[in-house]
Amino acid sequence: MQLDVLTRLNAERVARRAAILVTDLDGGAQRVVCEADIAADPLADLLARRLASGRSGIAEVEGRQLFLTVQAPPVRLVIVGAVHISQALGPMATALDLAVTVIDPRTAFATPERFPGIDLVGAWPDEALGAAVPVLDRYCAVAALTHDPKIDDPALAAALRAECFYIGALGSKKTHAARVARLAAAGFAPEAIGRIAAPIGLNIGAISPAEIAVSILAEIVAVLRAPRDRAAP
Amino acid sequence: MLSTETDILSAAEAWRRAGRGVALATVIETWGSAPRPVGSHLVVDGEGNFLGSVSGGCVEGAVITEGIEAIADGRARVVEFGVADETAWRVGLSCGGRIRVYVEPIT
Repeated sequence: MQLDVLTRLNAERVARRAAILVTDLDGGAQRVVCEADIAADPLADLLARRLASGRSGIAEVEGRQLFLTVQAPPVRLVIVGAVHISQALGPMATALDLAVTVIDPRTAFATPERFPGIDLVGAWPDEALGAAVPVLDRYCAVAALTHDPKIDDPALAAALRAECFYIGALGSKKTHAARVARLAAAGFAPEAIGRIAAPIGLNIGAISPAEIAVSILAEIVAVLRAPRDRAAP
Repeated sequence: MLSTETDILSAAEAWRRAGRGVALATVIETWGSAPRPVGSHLVVDGEGNFLGSVSGGCVEGAVITEGIEAIADGRARVVEFGVADETAWRVGLSCGGRIRVYVEPIT
């Protein structure tokens, strides 16, 4: 691999853009195709399918064996609410290599003492996203945990618009029904709203904050690793 | 801390820029119960220092040797490890899987 090919791959990842490295296993020729350039590429269909699947693999093209390395940006987890569950969720998510950010405008909650070592932003989601926190994208998971619609709803709306691969919201079925009604009134389609995991987390009977954090992370991993057709990480 | 694919490719670039000989190994195909998925990387330098994993430990030693050879001769190669392969028995891919690994020098 030429150093400039490797440099380009690393630069795309840092910029949070997907890319595919095409390696000719017979001759060793290599090239990087950025997400934005896939449509115009001679292998457009093949590359688009690979990117959508999120899986690297071998492809036969005109008698040649190609290896396609699919490089998706590192997954981020944006936690809305510096609450008790978030205190457990942050470090666990970090251990899973998710890049974690906690957002909460309530300064009594969003204190460094409660979140040592975690990227913490004391602002409203609308203020934070695109400023202190990079804009959401398809390679983000969002967990809304405040129970407060004033804080959760704008974050959920932003997550739906950005097509985040995972969107979860804490709250009972009744709370969620009210949330669905608000998002529908705000113009979101039922299919979009249906992507919100609520009540959040796999049903493992979790009770303690740490157990709930496990159930949320298990659900995020399940969505992240599930075979899929739609474009996602 | 576990190294991620991100760390590995960043390290490969940093090591090369620091003037070290570097090879990158990538799992390109697996059969049976292979421990690491297709696309997994391992980076190795000329001294045998390495980061990442292509087999969860089973054939790492052999892959590192291939990497050092790739650095020396400047050529990429595909190597296969599996139960049908004498070398694989020796290096111990005891899980019964087979993997193909692309090993290439960073030039």
